[in-house]
Amino acid sequence: MKKSKLLALFLTFFKIGAFTFGGGYAMIPLISRETVEKYKWISDEDILDIVAIAESTPGPIAINTATFIGYKVCGFWGAFCATMGVVLPSFLIILGISFVLKEFKELQAVQFAFNGIRAGVVALIIKALWTMYKKCPKNICSYIVIAAAFVATAFLNLPILAVIIGCAVFGLVYSILISRRVKK
Amino acid sequence: MIFLELFLTFLKIGAFTFGGGFAMLPFVQEAVLQKGWMTSGEILDFIAVSESTPGPFAINISTFVGTKMGGVLGAACATLGVVVPSFVIILIVAKFYEKFKSSKTVSGVMSGLKPAAIGLILGAVVTVGSAVFFPAGLTFKVFETLSFYVSLVIFAAALIMSFKKVHPIIIICISAVLGIASGYLL
Repeated sequence: MKKSKLLALFLTFFKIGAFTFGGGYAMIPLISRETVEKYKWISDEDILDIVAIAESTPGPIAINTATFIGYKVCGFWGAFCATMGVVLPSFLIILGISFVLKEFKELQAVQFAFNGIRAGVVALIIKALWTMYKKCPKNICSYIVIAAAFVATAFLNLPILAVIIGCAVFGLVYSILISRRVKK
Repeated sequence: MIFLELFLTFLKIGAFTFGGGFAMLPFVQEAVLQKGWMTSGEILDFIAVSESTPGPFAINISTFVGTKMGGVLGAACATLGVVVPSFVIILIVAKFYEKFKSSKTVSGVMSGLKPAAIGLILGAVVTVGSAVFFPAGLTFKVFETLSFYVSLVIFAAALIMSFKKVHPIIIICISAVLGIASGYLL
């Protein structure tokens, strides 16, 4: 019984890892279809909670979600199987591509293609940033942090770890000050 | 030793990036540029590969850097490094997640981390973007080169398409075709 559940967890997350493009957020609809509707491992509200927690803990959303659901369904080994499942397809595909890419990289046509692709990818990242900005709360705290983090990395070359810790502390202090003012 | 270095580098990246998508880009960029594992151009090439293959960006990039620097074993070390922090932290959080969910400290910290990710990625775009548009550094000479205007046109076209919700894979293919066409014609 338990073994079959572990296998089902592995296969489900393997399928999710193998068929979603674009990473964590793109996976959520498929995760909820498989784990809520098909297997009934968790409930609809659980999914919302799990995504919220995956966002507020370090690491990629995809790994966090897989580990969490695996743990809820089958404890430690459930977490292990689900995480292995979601990681393996990417790992194998990229491993294969890396070797192929190495062979073709020197071709003139491939170099021309990548010249074009590089400009296109800059546009894709800017679009992703715009989407993130729309989801982010619009308040003075956000604006200060966005500007500070940008200047700190693009112009001052500060280490990213220091910037992240600084922004976390700033957010915490700001939210404490705001909640005090509301109480008064 | 390269295997340990790969593991530890990606362990740190996994432990300190919050959020999905490109959230990991600034950190990965800092690490691989400093260590000379990849160039800015190669990072952009790889983002295109990652967008066109299934799976999360984090796993894709760690596997790729690992393979490049240390073959199959290198890939395993880098990917394991990026996964372990998530795995351990979620196992801990899962035990008392009701508390975690309603924690004011967590939501306060997140109100700083969410906008931080935006500012950091913006900084990363400036660095990789300048490698595309100003490959020889910031000089006025660039305005005399044809490749600058080609890149600008492809960039503008890609930006318009992405806001029109054209799928990223199609945008990458079109950019590649434009790159090949301009390379042979001009």
